[in-house]
Amino acid sequence: MRHFSYTRAESVSEAVAALAANPEAKVLAGGTNLVDLMKYDVMRPAAIVDINRLPLKQIEDLPNGGLRIGALVSNTTVAYDERVKERYPLLSSAILAGASPQLRNAATTGGNLLQRTRCYYFYDPSTPCNKREPGSGCSAIGGVNRIHAILGASESCIATHPSDMCVALAALSAAVEVEGPQGKRYIPFADFHRLPGDRPESDNTLAQGEMVVAVRLEGNHFAGHHTYLKLRDRLSYAFALVSVAAAMEVADGKIVELRVALGGVAHKPWRDMLAEAEFAGQPAEDVTFRRIAQRLLTGAKGQGENDFKIPLAEKVIVRALRQAAAGRPQDQSVKAIQ
Amino acid sequence: MDLSSQSHTAATCPVSLTINGERRSFDIHPWVSLLDLLRGPLELTGTKKGCDHGQCGACTVMINGERMNSCLKLAVSLDGAEITTIEGLGTPDNMHPMQKAFLEHDAYQCGYCTPGQICSAVALVKEGHAHERHEIREQMSGNLCRCGAYTNIADAIEEVMGAEKAAPVREAAE
Repeated sequence: MRHFSYTRAESVSEAVAALAANPEAKVLAGGTNLVDLMKYDVMRPAAIVDINRLPLKQIEDLPNGGLRIGALVSNTTVAYDERVKERYPLLSSAILAGASPQLRNAATTGGNLLQRTRCYYFYDPSTPCNKREPGSGCSAIGGVNRIHAILGASESCIATHPSDMCVALAALSAAVEVEGPQGKRYIPFADFHRLPGDRPESDNTLAQGEMVVAVRLEGNHFAGHHTYLKLRDRLSYAFALVSVAAAMEVADGKIVELRVALGGVAHKPWRDMLAEAEFAGQPAEDVTFRRIAQRLLTGAKGQGENDFKIPLAEKVIVRALRQAAAGRPQDQSVKAIQ
Repeated sequence: MDLSSQSHTAATCPVSLTINGERRSFDIHPWVSLLDLLRGPLELTGTKKGCDHGQCGACTVMINGERMNSCLKLAVSLDGAEITTIEGLGTPDNMHPMQKAFLEHDAYQCGYCTPGQICSAVALVKEGHAHERHEIREQMSGNLCRCGAYTNIADAIEEVMGAEKAAPVREAAE
């Protein structure tokens, strides 16, 4: 690992000041992704700002029935929190579908949002990669791209966002609370992560010097009808090939409100709110679910080795919507798909 | 790693850790992982380095009672923490119940992943989220065993948990 200077921040303002003063500085929270990338020489921060002492470890109730989850709350703590399990079981389920218990204990809420892609070429500094080294080219296009994007990709980058938690947060329309030199602001989850376009080096819309301090969730009516369904190459401890976070409000057999976010298919958790709105009032049954799947996958494009993801995604969306409508969420320990 | 030679260089940071009940203070470089600190200067070589990237679980220890991959933790970020390694769980003469169960169930072959498996299993029992065998397997997914001792590892954990024995027919692919 390359050497770096180390600062232990004692307050958010101190951390923000350290980040704003040095564009080469990176925040260290749980370290599960950053330390790994530093060992591979993919990330080479000149300075580390350790935020583990900051008071961002609480899950607090919000007046609207929502929750504010501090950036340093571990993935494990969120997944097993009684309020999260009761009000946002989709979030709990998605977290438990990812990584291992050891990693979930160390990984933080803010860090999960900021984790980098697991594209093979991004991780290999001996190959061109526009995300790692802008302008060097994309090795995955025409290369080994079994795990890559089918939606929203560009000629510069076909990487996917690896998080499970973020797919649920996208479906739940969370907001990201950030603090920076200009003060505090709230970013709607759909606007937090970016599509690659011609700047794949930017994963998100954080400005220089800004840091994530919390994730905020509004009250909702989805606790009864939801699921997180994840397909991967082995049954546990692997990134998604395709995952679906589905939430639904159903009345008299009809969809009142629909939320569907896809993981493993794009540079960000994929959601199409216009498409979702089109299906309000439709019967909550397989015919509708297939139409929803086809609508969401409009414009999907394979890269060769990942062509299978398009028909796979269609089937996973239908299965997930069936689970959500029936109120039978996927059990993340029993691997059989209901 | 020779700690004394680093203790006066500008780039080192003071860190205090309680390791297996003993409070220790060091001056270390900020890029030293907890794993390298344990295995190097502290000579606690029970904790193993497998992949060094958080994928295999061989380096699992408990940090403030929670199991984590010590390879991905910068020791400097843990100032004030309590660390428990395999050496802190038991000794050959006074084994932890999980260590005994691993012996009794032959829950290893080469033994390289075993300290991480045992630390992980002890934490799993304490966490209390796993009750059935399939839940034990899911909750142990962060510990790989290339010898394939998974069936016996799950047996050992089940015994310690006092869980009911699994149905006589075991999953063939386990």
